[in-house]
Amino acid sequence: MSDASLNTTQTQATEAGFGDYFALLKPRVMTLVVFTAFVGLVAAPVGLHPVVAFAAILFIAVGGGASGALNMWWDADIDAVMKRTAKRPIPAGRISGDEAFGFGMALAGFSVVMLALATNFLAAALLAFTIFFYVVVYTMWLKRWTPQNIVIGGAAGAFPPMIGWAAATGTISVESILMFALIFMWTPPHFWALALFTRMDYDNAQVPMLTVTHGRRATRVHILVYTILLAALAIGTGFTSVGGPVYLVVALYLNARFLKGAYDIWRRSEERAEADKYLTERKFFKASLVYLFAHFGAIALEAALVPFGLGGW
Amino acid sequence: MALSRQHELHKRRFSRNLGLGLVLVGFVALIFGLTVVKVSNEDFAMPTSEGAN
Repeated sequence: MSDASLNTTQTQATEAGFGDYFALLKPRVMTLVVFTAFVGLVAAPVGLHPVVAFAAILFIAVGGGASGALNMWWDADIDAVMKRTAKRPIPAGRISGDEAFGFGMALAGFSVVMLALATNFLAAALLAFTIFFYVVVYTMWLKRWTPQNIVIGGAAGAFPPMIGWAAATGTISVESILMFALIFMWTPPHFWALALFTRMDYDNAQVPMLTVTHGRRATRVHILVYTILLAALAIGTGFTSVGGPVYLVVALYLNARFLKGAYDIWRRSEERAEADKYLTERKFFKASLVYLFAHFGAIALEAALVPFGLGGW
Repeated sequence: MALSRQHELHKRRFSRNLGLGLVLVGFVALIFGLTVVKVSNEDFAMPTSEGAN
């Protein structure tokens, strides 16, 4: 046996394992994409064959993963500076930027074409637009330009339930727009809470997060305002056809807690936050994850109860 | 036989090849499943001989 590359350090430094390619797809973000797309699909009034539904969710997830890979390709310089992202495959030197770009583009094309073949063109067009929006509008344009990056860029993460709904029905409707709006309004307080306790990271990377451009007091005010708007939207959704008694109870409880968290963040001074190492902000960030999963879980539950004569209004 | 010794590099390559292999097998199974579902669908109709001409 002869293997010329065996002793080549260059090859060792760049040769990636399967897990590195998987990490390029941002698997954590993908869980949110998979779950919300699934809820959009099951909440739709039109049933899909389980195999087609599985394929649709898989291709939506692959499309989301492709966006993640292209985001990592473009943002490798920022990722290298930030502690939270420095170990990602590109800044760590396990995958080259060009390779990530090719991988992302190939998966993007593959996922859109496959979703069109498995379901319909509207769902595929929405997926293509989502990838474009996340990579070009958010990553390349907004992220380094405006502190509203999270607000507008959040739309990219809000599309999956709409794509799931479109995959089942072939249409866009008020219900799918409401599910979109729920994630869209949830994203800013979620990320700003993160920005409050990962302060130095964004400062070092010179990303114009609200905390960097407008200060931490303004960020706390923004979190409270967005949470109030989000609560109104989330509870209001309870009275539409995707809502129902179960959803409404969940929404009332979670929004009361979330509003309390936002109020606590708003009331706190920076000195107090530093003294307890941003405990309230960290709790709020964790609660925001539960918040979104529980709301979408309740929507799915309402849909699952319909065949038993329950669920919905 | 020093050259046949397993290197860490080989492990990484193996993991990549195995992963890709499993993904491809899964993809083939998915396309097969999708084809069966689509063809069994009531809306699906084989092209008639007239349509084929």
